[in-house]
Amino acid sequence: MEDAAEINRLNSIARTLRRHVVEIVGIGLAGHIGGSCSSADIVTALYFSKMHYDPKNIHLADRDRFLLSKGHAAILQYAALAEAGFFDKEILKTTKRLDSILQGHPDYRRTPGVEANTGSLGQGLSIGLGMALGLRLDGINRKVYVIMGDGEQSEGQVWEAAMAAANYRVDNLVAILDRNRLQATDTVIKVMDSGSLFEKWQAFGWHVLEIDGHDMQQILDALDEADGIKGKPAMIIANTIKGKGISFAENVVSFHNGVLTQETYNRALSELA
Amino acid sequence: MGFTNQRTAYGSTLLALGMENSNIVALEADLGKSTMSCMFKEKFPERYFEMGIAEQNMASVAAGLSLTGKIPFIHSFAVFAAGRAYDQIRQVIALGRLNVKICGSSTGLSDFGDGATHQSVEDIALMRAVPNMIVLCPADANETVKAVRAMAGVDGPCYIRINRNDYENVTGEDSPFAVGEPTVLHQGTDCVVFATGIMVVRALEAARSLDGKISVKVVNVSTLKPFPEERIIQLAKDCSCVVTAEEHSIIGGLGSAVAQALSRQRKPIGFVGLKDTFGCSAHGYDELLEYYGLTALAVIEAVEDIHNCW
Repeated sequence: MEDAAEINRLNSIARTLRRHVVEIVGIGLAGHIGGSCSSADIVTALYFSKMHYDPKNIHLADRDRFLLSKGHAAILQYAALAEAGFFDKEILKTTKRLDSILQGHPDYRRTPGVEANTGSLGQGLSIGLGMALGLRLDGINRKVYVIMGDGEQSEGQVWEAAMAAANYRVDNLVAILDRNRLQATDTVIKVMDSGSLFEKWQAFGWHVLEIDGHDMQQILDALDEADGIKGKPAMIIANTIKGKGISFAENVVSFHNGVLTQETYNRALSELA
Repeated sequence: MGFTNQRTAYGSTLLALGMENSNIVALEADLGKSTMSCMFKEKFPERYFEMGIAEQNMASVAAGLSLTGKIPFIHSFAVFAAGRAYDQIRQVIALGRLNVKICGSSTGLSDFGDGATHQSVEDIALMRAVPNMIVLCPADANETVKAVRAMAGVDGPCYIRINRNDYENVTGEDSPFAVGEPTVLHQGTDCVVFATGIMVVRALEAARSLDGKISVKVVNVSTLKPFPEERIIQLAKDCSCVVTAEEHSIIGGLGSAVAQALSRQRKPIGFVGLKDTFGCSAHGYDELLEYYGLTALAVIEAVEDIHNCW
């Protein structure tokens, strides 16, 4: 159990990341606000409490690794990387501009702190498994964290990776499912009902946890519990709200890749103040 | 020692590289006894990852391994290695310029019995079109040894196409090899034949039988990308016409690359290759090659045709 001050500190960082998300999207251009806000608390817990890394030495061998398999939420990762000191916060303004180091989806070769190109959905867990196997070969006792979306569970490759990770008994791989129940065009259940994901992941041989993905204490506890799992990978199913923190964007499908007006932009920032 | 087929040369070389460099790892999609990655498995079980029949996961896992400093070689039949895992290769391996080596085995029509689903007629086209990718197609077993060593030494994504069946070596164990360097195997001044893979031996046979009638230069082009455009122009300079020969579709392979390189050279070009068609099953490899016009005779006819047209 963390003390209240620590939880407050992390919740405050999560609010800051959401504000960055709104500022990066700006006015009049579409941006992935919904899925960035649903992952914000999890990403905060990882970058500002759980993970070991050095923003001044991005190639540090002895580091935990993070993959945003749902790469369309890149702006959230950029906000976290900037706040963590990987690059200047001023650069956030250049996101998606021609020649920016901050692309529409995470780019390993352009952005310090991004560990692989992600965004073609369904591939992050496999990449994470490769990293986990590589770290194990080298005897490096660090973890690989992969955030996936629930719409992404439709990709067949996710289940190839699920099977292989259990087969290789990797216990340095932790997947987090940001289950916000919406995807690009509709609710997940309407687009492609994925059934009981808890039971599916369990059946694939994973240690499965289910939490409230906006409760910082629960997130930290789940990440700690995952540390203790031996001989199998861990899946944390985090129930979240798409657009969390921005009242008019919460649970609204169109904010998957939404546009803000001057008025809604101001409202979003004041709600996140 | 001399190998009689490319896949054994491949497997032996991968094994040798594994002994020299502990960062080399191998991944397989349940075809290790065909691709000959099984040789690596036997010696280095802890550095060998059987991924099951899941080529897409295999490609992405290899990407992850490379990001921890490993040098992964992934294996399947060419049709699956380049086709089934295309998006994984494009989006993460090539875009990230990751140090992953892709072995497309049983390429072309060389898996003759299994038919069109297992025969790769467009893997060169697919892999050439991806930015950052190096594409190699060795002429024979001897050249395979050198090509596999070369790809391990390059930092970045690399695709190699490997034939399944036995055939004679046309290059020596000591002949020079370098990525991006075509080699002249037969001198000639009337027509130049640019050939790759198994068509090199057929082009040489064609040149010899045309000796005294048409003087044919045979160039082995084992690097399809980066394509040696300047060298191709230079090698075609003293010849009035050109023929390309490949065990691949004439769309997007060696023929297309040569035509692009020579687009300002005012030389007629003939193309020997698969004419926008899939393969099919046959009882024997030679029978299948003959059916699709991938023979020395087909090269002879193409040379005569293009020479007369000029």
